[in-house]
Amino acid sequence: MRNPTVLASGFLGVNVEMLKRVVEEGAGAVTFKSIGPRVKSGHRNPTVLAYEWGMINAVGLPSSGYKDMEGELARMKELKAPVFVSIYGASVEEFCDVAEAVAGYKPAVIELNVSCPNTKAEGMVFGCSEKLTAEVVSAVKNVTGKVPVMPKLTPQALNIAGVAKACEEAGADAIAAINTVGPGMLINIEARKPVLDYKRGGISGPAIRPIAVRCVYEIYEAVDLPILGMGGVTEGRDAVEMMQAGASAVGIGSGVYYRGIEVFNRVCEEMKVWMSENGYKNVKELVGAAHE
Amino acid sequence: MSDMPVSNRVRKVVEENKEVKTIFLEESMPGAIPGQFVMVWLPGTDEKPLALSCLNGEAAITVQRKGKFTDGIFRLKKGSYIGVRGPYGNGFDADACTKPCIIAGGVGIAPLAPLAEKLAKKKPVVIMGASNEGKFIFRERMEKVGKVEYATDDGSCGRKCFASDMLEGVVEKEGIDVVYGCGPELMLKRVFEICKKKRVGCQLSLERYMHCGFGVCGSCAVDGYRVCVDGPVFSSKQLEKMTEFGKFARLKYGKKVSLNEYYRWRE
Ligand SMILES: Cc1cc2nc3c(=O)[nH]c(=O)nc-3n(C[C@H](O)[C@H](O)[C@H](O)COP(=O)(O)OP(=O)(O)OC[C@H]3O[C@@H](n4cnc5c(N)ncnc54)[C@H](O)[C@@H]3O)c2cc1C
Ligand SMILES: Cc1cc2nc3c(=O)[nH]c(=O)nc-3n(C[C@H](O)[C@H](O)[C@H](O)COP(=O)(O)O)c2cc1C
Ligand code: FES
Repeated sequence: MRNPTVLASGFLGVNVEMLKRVVEEGAGAVTFKSIGPRVKSGHRNPTVLAYEWGMINAVGLPSSGYKDMEGELARMKELKAPVFVSIYGASVEEFCDVAEAVAGYKPAVIELNVSCPNTKAEGMVFGCSEKLTAEVVSAVKNVTGKVPVMPKLTPQALNIAGVAKACEEAGADAIAAINTVGPGMLINIEARKPVLDYKRGGISGPAIRPIAVRCVYEIYEAVDLPILGMGGVTEGRDAVEMMQAGASAVGIGSGVYYRGIEVFNRVCEEMKVWMSENGYKNVKELVGAAHE
Repeated sequence: MSDMPVSNRVRKVVEENKEVKTIFLEESMPGAIPGQFVMVWLPGTDEKPLALSCLNGEAAITVQRKGKFTDGIFRLKKGSYIGVRGPYGNGFDADACTKPCIIAGGVGIAPLAPLAEKLAKKKPVVIMGASNEGKFIFRERMEKVGKVEYATDDGSCGRKCFASDMLEGVVEKEGIDVVYGCGPELMLKRVFEICKKKRVGCQLSLERYMHCGFGVCGSCAVDGYRVCVDGPVFSSKQLEKMTEFGKFARLKYGKKVSLNEYYRWRE
């Protein structure tokens, strides 16, 4: 990776052309939107909104299924940056089906979305349990060959460091944290109705940064794996903070809303300035610095 | 920053014809420009993008009755609450032209009507197409602003042809330098090709399924462009680079399909 910023899953990553653009805007790596085992239509609008302090969404993991995505996946080599592919399933078997197909395209990393709060069956059920998450990781590792596997954890787990540790023991190559917080709810008081059609939605953006930093800090103390830290990073200072907490790379999603698609270059520039002002030469020096 | 549906009362409802209504909003959207759109929320039904069809001191949306969502819009009465967020999108660049032509297919006139009014001093030529005479809307509004040419499928008004069939002649005869268009994408594709051949610029408003409306989710992608923030209005230069324009669109769950299939799917 030419820099530590990564486009977070669920943002813009619907096709190769859009990912190319995000690479042009400075992202060090990009993630395809979570791909599932079959067609899933997601929730009805409103699905993505922003309130004063963050974003709230219940997109509901819409996907055209991994078979339909093969055309896009086959073209990922056109991208001049590492490509992560996020996948989900409702069972260990489904995770494996999708993972095996995706691994054939040799992405830089397969990210396991075991942590989406917006669906009944998939995701968070796994992410809250050390045992279930570890089961998914070890089963997926069996079918993905050399392609690294990175579970993405939920801050809703009672002990996120424990889940990370279980993933490490199950053979995970890296840890991503965190997915959205919540779910939360907002009500339109004139309509007397929850604003999201699905009523509940995951919170992201600046509101969750303290939670994300705490989670990454705890995971760093528990495991010896690289961490992709995310949650509320919109500026260079936030990225430095996330790395000091223990992240080797920093995911940016909601930052696209707050600062535009240019957010990647802007965050990198701001990091450079801060690092030179504070006597750092290499981003690696930042990783885990807050633990010393 | 905040992008939540804001409760907005309906000030007035105008029935343009059996299939089209214009809903005037209490909030006048002073900063909005022609070509921009709002996300309109009907609690319990859906939230969809709609162009601002009126912007002279009062804001309005104009909808064609098609499916569940537009049925809901049709039930609105004076005083009803709806949720509105926006305005979103880039809008038309009204300064780009000296002699403009405006071409609309069906309800595609919605975002173009306030543009025509803004361009009144430049005497725009307006081409409107519809299946028959009864389908036209905003005739009076447009005839006040410039010369209007009509095209119908059955010849009941103006010429019996597609709106795009009249474009080449108008461009030549009237010395048009920029064409502004909105309507079915296959029509827009024709418009784009004619403008390319005639070496005049065009600005066309595209339409895709949208979730967020503010550029983060990617559901409205046309190649590497987001219709909601990079558009909905695109210039000839951008359209030239698109491989999906006039060919493919994405369904709600992201599957890329032919335009025909896309139109069939839309509820
Ligand atoms: C930026 C943007 C602006 C829009 N502005 C309007 C508007 O002002 N009025 C409106 O009725 N709909 C508009 N739409 C479409 C709108 O979001 C809904 O899809 C539409 O109102 C029908 O909803 P539906 O679910 O009831 O039926 P659907 O099944 O979604 O109806 C689809 C049909 O409407 C036609 N149509 C949709 N949008 C346009 C358009 N912009 N120009 C010309 N034809 C169109 C299509 O040809 C198609 O046949 C816009 C969409 C976008 C992305
Ligand atoms: C609209 C939206 C869609 C998302 N979709 C996904 C997804 O498909 N898969 C996933 O693992 N995470 C998804 N997320 C979570 C983000 O990838 C990220 O973990 C979270 O938003 C925190 O980072 P941020 O504050 O930078 O946005 C989504 C978030 C949002 C706001
Ligand atoms: S609708 Fe979400 S990016 Fe355009």
